[in-house]
Amino acid sequence: MRGLKLYAIGYLIFLYAPIALLPLFAFNDGTVIAFPLQGFTWKWFAGLATTPALHDAVINSLLIAVTSAILATLLGICAARANARYRFPFKTGILGFIMVPLVLPEIIVGVSLLVVIANIFSMRLSLWTVVLGHTLICMPFAIAILNSAFDNLDASLEEAAVDLGETPWNTFRLVTLPLVMPGIVSSLLISFTISLDEFIIAFFLTGAEPTMPVYIWAQLRFPQSLPIIMALGTILVALSIVLLTVAEIFRRRGLARAGVRDTGGFL
Amino acid sequence: MTGPIIKLDGVHKSYGEVDVLKGIDLDIAEGEFLTLLGPSGCGKTTLLRIIAGFEEVTDGVCLISGRDMAGVPANKRPTNMVFQSYAVFPHLTVAQNVAFGLRRSKLGKAEKAAKVEEALGMVGLGGYGARAAHALSGGQRQRVALARALILEPTVLLLDEPLSALDRKLREQMQSELRRLQRQVGITFILVTHDQEEALIMSDRIAVMFGGRIAQLAPPQELYRRPRTLDVARFIGVMNVLPGEVKEKGPAGIEVRVDGLGRARIEPEQAPSGARIGTGWAGIRPETMSVLFAGEQTDRSVAEGEVAEVTYYGDMTYYDVILDGTDRPLTISMKNLIGREVLERGARTRVSWDARSIVWFGEEAV
Repeated sequence: MRGLKLYAIGYLIFLYAPIALLPLFAFNDGTVIAFPLQGFTWKWFAGLATTPALHDAVINSLLIAVTSAILATLLGICAARANARYRFPFKTGILGFIMVPLVLPEIIVGVSLLVVIANIFSMRLSLWTVVLGHTLICMPFAIAILNSAFDNLDASLEEAAVDLGETPWNTFRLVTLPLVMPGIVSSLLISFTISLDEFIIAFFLTGAEPTMPVYIWAQLRFPQSLPIIMALGTILVALSIVLLTVAEIFRRRGLARAGVRDTGGFL
Repeated sequence: MTGPIIKLDGVHKSYGEVDVLKGIDLDIAEGEFLTLLGPSGCGKTTLLRIIAGFEEVTDGVCLISGRDMAGVPANKRPTNMVFQSYAVFPHLTVAQNVAFGLRRSKLGKAEKAAKVEEALGMVGLGGYGARAAHALSGGQRQRVALARALILEPTVLLLDEPLSALDRKLREQMQSELRRLQRQVGITFILVTHDQEEALIMSDRIAVMFGGRIAQLAPPQELYRRPRTLDVARFIGVMNVLPGEVKEKGPAGIEVRVDGLGRARIEPEQAPSGARIGTGWAGIRPETMSVLFAGEQTDRSVAEGEVAEVTYYGDMTYYDVILDGTDRPLTISMKNLIGREVLERGARTRVSWDARSIVWFGEEAV
């Protein structure tokens, strides 16, 4: 028991200590990332505001993340509903294949998408090609979350609405949608977070407009810009924690609303 | 007398290779409380869903108020349903649930609110309107589902095993309440249940279903006293079944010989599925037979046997008695009246019965 406890503590330190160093050096008044610390400063955060290339990268990333999240969630709603309500041939197989990108090496996905997009379809690389790639890798997460939301929805609730005289569309709008809404919000937030900090696929599919992770990677060649990256990283970590927490809150609220027991989600 | 409110004619339903309904003909009268009773998988729920419009017939016709329902979706039918899981919308309040079906009506806001309150009062939930639906108990949800369906004044109310999730006390209370409600509103109710007792208590008529067919359609008393098949007899209450033989058939009645009971003369209506000369089965209900206690005299028919099992229920005692010359035990139920002893297992006893309580089945198979 004692050994297990030590192991757990060691594991957590290994996992989170590097992340804890981020804010430490983000507020450190020195260009070199090394101990001892030099003193407190806000100047790296101020530096963020005066780097236009970074602003462009952040805006690109936000556009991509929002678009991918919406696309992945819309497609996920269709898939999850089909899974929950219809029987069709090869259903398990199809759903399995949809989930595969979850474990497929991203570098493989990135290279193959590049080949298909650039060589076969001769499309120009742009933000849209990144959106395409990100939608693909966000889909499994979106579907997993939405599947649980749709599965927990009692089919007779929709039948009851139709039985009481509503059209299928109004039934979806008045009954289905409000009941799976927490799942939808959760799916949007998680997809957004995944897309925002995704590097490999963005690296392959981005054209002349880098996304934020690609920009950060490029900046690593210049040691003097490292503290600014630390400041950016601090903001991203904080943002990720907030978004994931909100996503989880929505997922749990959805379960409570559907009146089912929590079987654990991603968090 | 107008025509039937619901008319089913040769209704078939199959899912791929599986035939769920194999030709259902059924007329249901206006204001009737009809129960579809049967074991799980007999097609009773499918039949209800066909009437509701959630399933299409493979073959046959379903008429409601004389109108063919083919191609009419559930939201355009004059039926409303109370689901097994109640299907009360958890994200709405009680009042919003009950008012859900009124969304499309042209009533004013105040009129709607009054109707909702009236419907809630009818099911004993007056003043519950503002409660959140997901916070209600099972029995309360049931009532909300009822109010929500009744507020639309449907031609037919369909109930899919509405009481099966309730505990025994609450179920019994809801049974009598549903019956009262049905008389009060005068709407045709169609209830699906696998609980024979519930069917007997509540229905005007019961359709007993086995394997996608209606085995018998009759009022509760007739169904219990004169079941047409062994399946029906065994599904409704307890029926002792003994091998026997029709000896003679004539205007004076039917002369049968039953293993253990001997010869008896029965009336033609005691053989609801007919009687042909030859072997068959005789049925007799536990409560129509009596265990005779020491010295007790009777002018009924008497046989002797041995008590194989005694089951004590408090108000009743059930005896399994093996009559001399037979090998299958007969169940006999006795009221535990004051001064009446309870026999021990293994005791010798005489039993009495009345030939009028015998039901004859001409079937070959058991």
